[in-house]
Amino acid sequence: MSDSNSHDANQMTGAAMIVRALVDHGVQHIFGYPGGAVLPIYDEIFQQDDVEHILVRHEQGAGHAAEGYARSTGKPGVVLVTSGPGATNMVTPLADALMDSIPLVCITGQVPTHLIGNDAFQECDTVGITRPCTKHNWLVRDIKDLPKVLHEAFYVATSGRPGPVVVDVPKDVQFATGTYHPPRKSDVHVSYKPRTKGDPGQIRKAVALMAGAKRPVIYSGGGVVNAGIEASRTLRALVEATGFPITSTLMGLGAYPASGKNWLGMLGMHGTYEANMAMHDCDVMLCIGARFDDRITGRTDAFSPGSKKIHIDIDPSSINKNIRVDVPIIGDAGSVMADLLQAFKAEGKKPKIDPWWFEIGRWRARNSLAYKRNDDLIMPQYAIQRLFEATRGHDTYITTEVGQHQMWAAQFFGFEEPHRWMTSGGLGTMGYGLPAALGVQVAHRDSLVIDIAGDASVQMTMQEMSCAVQHDLPIKIFILNNQYMGMVRQWQQLLHGNRLSHSYTEAMPDFVKLAEAYGGVGMQVIKPGDLDGALHEMIKVKKPVLFDCRVAALENCFPMIPSGKAHNEMLLPAEANDDATAKAFSGGKALV
Amino acid sequence: MNQPASAYFMEERRDPNETHTLSVLVANEPGVLARVIGLFSGRGYNIESLTVSETENQKHVSRITIVTTGTPMVITQIKHQLDRMIPVYQVVDMTLTGKSIERELAMVKVKGSGDQRIEAMRLAEVFRARVVDATNESFVFEITGATSKIDQFVNLMRPIGLVEVSRTGVAAISRGPEGM
Repeated sequence: MSDSNSHDANQMTGAAMIVRALVDHGVQHIFGYPGGAVLPIYDEIFQQDDVEHILVRHEQGAGHAAEGYARSTGKPGVVLVTSGPGATNMVTPLADALMDSIPLVCITGQVPTHLIGNDAFQECDTVGITRPCTKHNWLVRDIKDLPKVLHEAFYVATSGRPGPVVVDVPKDVQFATGTYHPPRKSDVHVSYKPRTKGDPGQIRKAVALMAGAKRPVIYSGGGVVNAGIEASRTLRALVEATGFPITSTLMGLGAYPASGKNWLGMLGMHGTYEANMAMHDCDVMLCIGARFDDRITGRTDAFSPGSKKIHIDIDPSSINKNIRVDVPIIGDAGSVMADLLQAFKAEGKKPKIDPWWFEIGRWRARNSLAYKRNDDLIMPQYAIQRLFEATRGHDTYITTEVGQHQMWAAQFFGFEEPHRWMTSGGLGTMGYGLPAALGVQVAHRDSLVIDIAGDASVQMTMQEMSCAVQHDLPIKIFILNNQYMGMVRQWQQLLHGNRLSHSYTEAMPDFVKLAEAYGGVGMQVIKPGDLDGALHEMIKVKKPVLFDCRVAALENCFPMIPSGKAHNEMLLPAEANDDATAKAFSGGKALV
Repeated sequence: MNQPASAYFMEERRDPNETHTLSVLVANEPGVLARVIGLFSGRGYNIESLTVSETENQKHVSRITIVTTGTPMVITQIKHQLDRMIPVYQVVDMTLTGKSIERELAMVKVKGSGDQRIEAMRLAEVFRARVVDATNESFVFEITGATSKIDQFVNLMRPIGLVEVSRTGVAAISRGPEGM
C-alpha cells in the first residue's frame, strides 16, 4: 500500500474502529450477546478472525465470564452487549468487578444519538445506571471521540487499581465514518495519574517497625494477585526474608502457597483460628493489597488493638477507611514490596520471633477446621478435600459461587499459585462461578477448570451450560448439593431462631438429566465411598460436566467470628454445640 | 441494649462531626457533576452546599465548591473518593489550608409596610445589602458574604416579613498569589 493510501486505511466506521481497537489492545476473546443497537459491531466481528467471540446465554454470563478470563490471565476481560436490557443485565458483573478490582472493558450499544432521551425502544440511561458500578464510563456522541475513548477505556480499566469501564456507543456513531488512530499517550485524561511507586520515607518507617517486631503478621489481599505474578514472587521472598507468618483474604489466596511453612490459612469471618488470633494479638501488621473489609475485621473497635499497622495500597481511598493505620504506603503492591524487601535486607536485622511462632503453634493445635467424619454421608468439607486430592498434578483453576461451599473451598482447597482462584468476594454474587469458569476455560483451553458450586447459586446462571457446550468448554461444575441455601440457613439458625424462611429448595432439578439436556455430562454421587472414582471420571471427561454431589444437608460452616465479636472470640467447630452457639449469638452484641 | 441480629456490625462510630469546604477542580465534561453528586448520595455523605461553574474556559476546567460535614475519617474518605474519580484534577480542603475566603450570594425577598419597611432598609444598610427590586409592599435584597453573615441577615428579616430566600451556595478561593 502506498503512502497516499495509508491515511485512507485509518478511515473506517465506528463499528470497525471498535474491532480495530480491540485488536490493537491485544484482545483475543470477547464475551457477548447481540442485539439491535450493536448489530454494526457484530457485522464487523463476522468479517474478521482476530477476535474470537464467545456467545453467552444472558449478558450477566458474559460479564462474569470476562471476569474469570481477566482474573486468570491478568488481561482485561472484554464484553459486548446491546442497549437497554443488554446493558442492565451487565450491571451485576460490573458491580462485582468494581468491588473485586477486576479490569473489564464493556462496550454497550445505545440507541441513535437523536433518539437518546426519547424512551426509544431498548433505550436506557446506560452511563447513568452504570456510573456508580464502574471505575469510569463514557457515552460517545461523536465519531471523532471514539478512538480516544476506546484507548482511554483500556488504560483506565487496567492501570492503577483495576476496575470495570463502560463505553456506550450509539448506533449512528457505529455507522459513522471517521479517522482511527492507534493508542497513544495523549488519549488519557490528564487528571488521571495513578501512583505506583511507594514513598521511600514511608518504606523506611515500615522497615523500622518490621525490624523491631516481636509478634508480626502479614495480611495480604487481592491487590497482590492483581499486581501480577511477579508481585506474588516478591511476596514469597518477603515472607522468606522476614520469617513472618502470613495470612490472606479470600481474594488473595494463592499469592502465598497454601503449602508454605509460614501460611496461617485464610483470615476473617470463616478464617482459621490461628490467622485471626495472630491478627488480634500481633504487634506489627503488614497489610498488602487488602482493604480491612468488614468480613475481615469483625468489630472494628476491637480489631487488633495492640498493633502498629502498615498498609500498602494503590488506592489512597482504601487508607484509613475502616481502620486507622500508622504507616500508609500508596503504590503498586509489587513495586512497594520489592522496595520494602530491599530495604529490609539492607537493614540486615531479622527479628527473633520464635516465642510468637510457639504461640501460633498452640492456636494451630486447636485445629479450627476440624469436622465430624461420616461414613454414610458425604461431608462437604470432605468433598472439597477429595476434589483437591483428585486434581493434584493437573493444571487446575477453581471458580466458586457464593455461600457455604465458597467458604469450604477457601478453607480446604490448597492454592499454590495466584490467578488460580476466581470467586466473588466483595459483592458476593451467587451465579458468578459457572460463567466465570467459562471465561477461565476460554483463556486456558487445556487446563482443568472447576466451578465449586452450591445447588442454589448454580441455578442462577445455569443457562450458560449451553454456552459451554456450544464453544466446547469442558468446565466441571462440582455442586455441593444440600438442597438449601446453606449460608442463608446457617444465619437463620444462628440469628433468627431457626426459622428457615425460604432457604429450602423444594423443587430441585435433576442435575444429571439437566446436564444431558444441555448436551453435557451429568453425574451424581451420594456415598462417600463412590466419591473418588467419580471425581477421577469427571476429570477425564472432555465435556462440560454437572456433578451433583449430595452432601450432609445440615452441616454448617465453622469456625466463625460471630456477629459483632472480635477476632479472639471465634466460635470453633468443636465448641459449636447448641448452647455455645446460642450464647455466642445472643445478648447485647448479637450482630455482624 | 438489645440490637437486632444482623450480618453486619451495627454500631456506628460516634465521632464528632466537622464542617469542611472542599474545592474540586474537574474536567468540564458531560456527567461530571452527576458523578460528584452520585458519590455523595451513594456513599451517604452530606452536602451542605454545592456550587459549580466553568472557571477556565480554554482548559475546560470547572470548579466545584462543596461544603460537607462528617467525622474526620469521613472527611478524609470524601477527599480520597473525589480524588480518584477520573475527571477530577485536584481536591483542596479549604478548611485545612485555613487561608481561604468563602463567599455566598443571597437574594432575600421581604414583604411589609410602614415601620417594617424602614427597619428592613436600616438592617440592609448595616449588612451592606443592595436593593435589587422594590414594590410598594416588598423589597428584594442582594447580599454577599460569609455563610454566617447571610444566615444572620435572613434571621433578622424573618420577623419583619421574610417571603423567600435564594442562595448560591459557597464559593471559595485561597488568599495570596498561589493558585490551586
